[in-house]
Amino acid sequence: MKTTPLTHRHIALGAKMAEFAGYNMPISYTSIKEEHQAVRNGVGVFDVTHMGEFVLRGKDALALVQKVTTNDASKLNIGDVQYSCMPNLNGGIVDDLLVYRLPEDYCSEGEQAFLLVVNASNMEKDWNWISENNTFDVQMINISDRTGLLAVQGPKATEVLQKLTDIDLSAIKYYNFVKGKFAGFDNVLISATGYTGAGGFEIYANDLDTEAIWDAIFEAGKSYDIKPIGLGARDTLRLEMGFCLYGNDIDDTTSPIEAGLGWITKLNKGAFNSSEAIANHKANGTDRKLVGFVVNDRRVPRHDYLIEDASGNVIGKVTSGTSSPSLEIPIGMGYVATPFTKEGSEIFISTGGKKMQATVTKPPFYKG
Amino acid sequence: MEYPSELKYTREHEWIRLEGDGTAYIGITDFAQSELGDLVYVEVETVGETVEKDAIFGTVEAVKTTSDLFMPVTAEVLEFNPELSSDGGDNPAIINEDPYGKGWIVKVKITDNSQLADLLDANDYSTLVG
Repeated sequence: MKTTPLTHRHIALGAKMAEFAGYNMPISYTSIKEEHQAVRNGVGVFDVTHMGEFVLRGKDALALVQKVTTNDASKLNIGDVQYSCMPNLNGGIVDDLLVYRLPEDYCSEGEQAFLLVVNASNMEKDWNWISENNTFDVQMINISDRTGLLAVQGPKATEVLQKLTDIDLSAIKYYNFVKGKFAGFDNVLISATGYTGAGGFEIYANDLDTEAIWDAIFEAGKSYDIKPIGLGARDTLRLEMGFCLYGNDIDDTTSPIEAGLGWITKLNKGAFNSSEAIANHKANGTDRKLVGFVVNDRRVPRHDYLIEDASGNVIGKVTSGTSSPSLEIPIGMGYVATPFTKEGSEIFISTGGKKMQATVTKPPFYKG
Repeated sequence: MEYPSELKYTREHEWIRLEGDGTAYIGITDFAQSELGDLVYVEVETVGETVEKDAIFGTVEAVKTTSDLFMPVTAEVLEFNPELSSDGGDNPAIINEDPYGKGWIVKVKITDNSQLADLLDANDYSTLVG
């Protein structure tokens, strides 16, 4: 199993560890509920070093990014971040990702440089896919193994991190980033992004510096009762916001339009992989759509439970489900046949002979 | 983790405590509650029924997963812990806090005492879960 620069720390903290995307990762340190609330109400730190990072640079770097992703990367100024997805050639999704437009010091004059941050579980697939599409002679560098990534999330994150840098963090807008000195280390990328809906930053650093940065953040956060957060709470936090998880809610067979990712699919930017198929999905609609739902029962929906209508006809499948720690009710997401996707529609979640009544609800489930 | 020696255990991570009068309490082990994490709901709809050995007598829901509960020996379900039931205390977290005490799940009347011989003792169980 692969490790991060912090794996030994997680083990020493007594975390419950499990293999995730080939890495030995912390699932929970104390309890998912406790960690979840720490992020909603205070501040918590996730080690997400397992994520993949690719730098693409060259004269035609933008053309390559435009070809392989759905969002319009030409809109990115240096310092901007964009949520996007990579379609395959059948209108499905290879991965969802963040695209960063990097400063000019990453490339020569007349060139552009982008950082693509991809899911750990898809790193190899994504690398191969982008390579296959790279008919532009764009230089591709996989910096995943030498990049540490910490997500510091929660309403107190800015206050804690501000102690460690002269960069004015409150001036960094959502989905913007700054590169600079942080906790005594140069060239740290501070990104106002996250996967929790709780606000905060993601900190990219040299993997050799990551442990010292982790320690500095915990020292700075002492008086805020800062906590380490595992992948268990990362999942409940993202699900309360209705954020997609690749492999659960989106995959090679789901169209971005079905998945509600039309907002990151810019058909007017010019042709890209599967742009025709996706335009067709948008124009003619799809047979099914990803919806959020609230269960009016105590049982919790889980991945792959069937969704039925009132007469017991199967109309879809659950893709994600949990007991929401903030709302203390079972929530989920799943694909359902288009006639049942309207907010307020009554659906039934079926599990081994039991049926739970549920109501289609537009995420975010947690509204702060 | 603790595995009290006066209890018997199943490979499915239930414990059973004999009361000496043919009745017994059943719950899940410290290992099970730790693996499941925060419990949010316990469902037992078999009160009054006789449930066969290894058959499902209820379900526990944790934040991240669902797990069925299996009967260690054939028994009649007499009572569902009122502290757990949703129309009672509705406090499944007591299983996380005190799995062998307050967190018992059902009280049963054992039908066939000879099945008790198939259960694990504390030593065997702790070896099983490592």
